[in-house]
Parts: sequence; C-alpha cells; structure tokens
Amino acid sequence: MSGEAGKGAVPGAGTAASTHPDALGERMERDALGVRPESDGLGERPEADALGVRLKAYEGAPAALAGAGKDPVNAPMIRHWCEAMGDTSPAYSGPDAIAPPTMLQAWTMGGLSGHEARTGAYDELLGLLDASGCTSVVATDCEQEYLRPLRPGDRVAFDSMIESVSDRKTTKLGTGYFVTTRTDVRVDGDLVGTHRFRILKYAPARRKAPAPRPRPVVNRDNAGFWQGVADRRLLVQRCTDCGTLRHPWLPGCNACGGPDWDTVEASGAGTVHSYVVMHHPPFPAFTESDQGTGTAGPYAVGLVELAEGVRMVSNVVGVPYDKVRIGLPVRVEFRTYEDTEGALVLPVFRVVEGEG
Amino acid sequence: MTAAPTGQPTAGTELPPLEIPVTRTLIVAGAIASRDYQDVHHDAELARQKGSPDVFMNILTTNGLVGRYITDHFGPTAMLRKVAIRLGVPNYPGDTMVLTGRIEAVDGDTATVRVVGANALGRHVTGTVTVTVPTQAPPSAPAPEGRS
Repeated sequence: MSGEAGKGAVPGAGTAASTHPDALGERMERDALGVRPESDGLGERPEADALGVRLKAYEGAPAALAGAGKDPVNAPMIRHWCEAMGDTSPAYSGPDAIAPPTMLQAWTMGGLSGHEARTGAYDELLGLLDASGCTSVVATDCEQEYLRPLRPGDRVAFDSMIESVSDRKTTKLGTGYFVTTRTDVRVDGDLVGTHRFRILKYAPARRKAPAPRPRPVVNRDNAGFWQGVADRRLLVQRCTDCGTLRHPWLPGCNACGGPDWDTVEASGAGTVHSYVVMHHPPFPAFTESDQGTGTAGPYAVGLVELAEGVRMVSNVVGVPYDKVRIGLPVRVEFRTYEDTEGALVLPVFRVVEGEG
Repeated sequence: MTAAPTGQPTAGTELPPLEIPVTRTLIVAGAIASRDYQDVHHDAELARQKGSPDVFMNILTTNGLVGRYITDHFGPTAMLRKVAIRLGVPNYPGDTMVLTGRIEAVDGDTATVRVVGANALGRHVTGTVTVTVPTQAPPSAPAPEGRS
C-alpha cells in the first residue's frame, strides 16, 4: 500500500498494511529478523536529520484516544475470521466461545468508514512524513499480548500512543522512518491486551523505468520509408532511371547514379538471409524477448531478404532466438512498442507458421 | 483441527509443519475478516499500480494463521499469551506458505515457540508465540459443539 498511510485507521489499531513486493526479501533470507528499526547496518546514520528531530518530538504523544470498537466482540465476526483462517478450534464456537486472541486488532479496526478516535498528533506525524516524500507505508511488525480472552458481548475500548520513531533508515523499499505505536485494549476499564504495531513510512526507491527503445534517425533521405512504416507499408525505393530496387534508402542509385526515384510496396514476404544472436552485453532497451521473460536478451537480429530482392535488418520474432536459421521464411509484422517516449512502430519479421 | 492436548511441551520439540495454500480467496477473505480494506489486499489492478505484481496477504491474516498454527498443535485448551511477528517477503496468490515451529523454552505450563512461515520467495514471517498449555483439561473445559 502506498500513499495513504492507514487512511481511516487508527495507528496500530487499524493500520494494516503488509509487506510490499520486493520488500526486505533478500535481507530476510539472511536475517530472519528482517529490518530492524534499531541499528543493524540496515539504517544509514542520519547526519543533521532535521526531519528526524521533528518526528522524534512525537514520541509519547497519543495516536488515538478513547477509541471504541465499532462492534462488540461477536460470534459472527469470530466465525468469519475462523472461516478465513481455516481455524476450526472448538474454543471459538459454542456457548463458551472466546474470540481468537489474534483478532485483537480486528476489534479496533476502522473498516471502510474509518475512525474518529485518531488524534491530531498522529495525523501531523504522518503529514510531516508525507510532505517529506515518505508517502508509502508497509507494516513490518505486530506484537500482541493477551491478558484475558475476549468473549462475545465484550465492548472494546482502546488508546494508542506513538511509542517511538526511528532514525532515518534506508531499506530495500526506500528511505524512511519506522513508527511504532502501542495500543492498550480495555474492556470495562480492565486491560485485556496490548498491541504494538510498527510501520515503515518511506519514500519509495525509484524504480527505473524501462529504457526506451532507440528511435530511428529520420532524415530527408529516409523519411519516406518511415512514413510507410507508420502507414503499415513496407516501401522499397526504386530508381526511375534504371528500375533498380534499393534498401536502405539513399539519395541516389548505386547502379546508375540516377537521382530520381519512386517506391514500390513490398509484399512483406522474405527469408532469413543471415542472422546474429546478441547475448552480451545486455541492452536495457531490448528487455522484451519473444519468450516474454521480461529480461534483456538474448535476441536474434536477422538480415532478411525480401521477395523483391533487397535486404533489410530487423528482429526475427515468433521463434526462440536460438531457433532462427538461415533460409527461414518470414513475413513482415508492424509491431508497436510502448515506452516512456510513446509509441514506436517498427517492422519486424515473424517466422511463417509451421516453420522454425 | 481439534488435536487433543498433547501433554506437556518440551523444549526442542519441532512442531509438524502446516502448509497454507495462499489463494486469492484466502487473501481477500482474511483481509475482510480482519476489517482491512486496503486496496492492495483485494484489488489486483490497484495493487499493480502501486508496484506490486498482485494482491498480497495483510499482516492481520498472517498473525491469525500463526495463532492458528500454535493452537492447532496444542489443542483448544491452549491459551495464547503473546504473538509477536515480523514480516518479510509477501504472500502472493498461488504460493504456498509452510509454517514450521520449534519449542524454544518451557516454563511451567507455558511454552515459547519460534515460528517461521516460508514461501517460494523466502521467509514471509518470523515470530515468537508464548502459549500456556494447561497440564490437564480443566474441569470446566467447554464441551464444544462439534465443528468438524
């Protein structure tokens, strides 16, 4: 979840994010404890972290006061929980049922309609973090202690305080601050459980946008070719003096030197005259492989001889890169690539069905 | 599971693993049962817009599953005292989380169990659960309705 830290929820008593994709994963592999808000080498030592100083001032401030559970502890919610969790313990049904202790936080959740108990201090704290770019949030820890079971009919009240705000930390997800809240849950004035909840509120590490494919260099000599591509037509230059076809496009005829030309539209049929397979180095722009693996390369570059006789360099698609062979029949396909610079149409050559 | 109380826990005992198929239904049902309406737990499209490949399990569901793992093992008279968990890699639909546990310490009738939930991506959760297991079924133990 990002951008709305516990919206409509009470911290620790309703902020219920979970791990983010790419979250802390590799670190968890090395250290079962994952990210620690305290020093573990994960964090960078803040120098003159003015924001951190301001955030620290909120430690001890109330995050929610005199909160009340929206519903009393009740059998239907218990049953729904048990169904979801696959929990068939007989302790949670029947006349002497208790609520599953791990439901503690659920009784304090604001749900879709949100909470009224949240204090200005907590909103301010989140606001400061949002304003500093720490707009995303993940829950990292939940620590609950149960002093006595909750039973249907119990009316839950709770108070929540901002227990601690960490120094600025840099994690795999991004840089931000761990905010720990502690919620005391009471029934009829008696403490029945405590709930400590820790979130990381962070500025997401920049995801690198995929590199855009290089654009063709269009000039007055080849503009006609690219206009043809835009129209989904493969145009070949023809010398109007001697009739020789030529590609790539040139200002004059290599056969007779004639400067004048017109075009013929190629049928699109061709064969692989030669090819290379690019393995290394990986080229970030060419992240799309025919296998759809989303990884860079390898990819096949074909020199395709058109039925009309001229040759053209482009990708050979429709078969794995290592199945491209000289002589394969191919047909032009106008493929649209969408990237950060917009849409780009390129002629590529697809292996004819049944070949390869 | 309504496993009968298994007698006194012993430090060093490994709990049998529990496999949890992480279905889309479990993720959504768990989120809603815990009253967590954050869109990343039920709306795949919005989850993707926020950089996640899919919806993923919320922490309350993970917490509930860890609690269930312990009480499944120790039986319905076991009382959870503390559940402390830390999340790692996400639980995405289609994965399987395998919960394993080891009794770290026993003090009287109270055991401390270290729990790990691992999926294909790594460790989703690590935690410690403190549970009290009455030495004998209390005389007032409820005779629960059969809940299959």
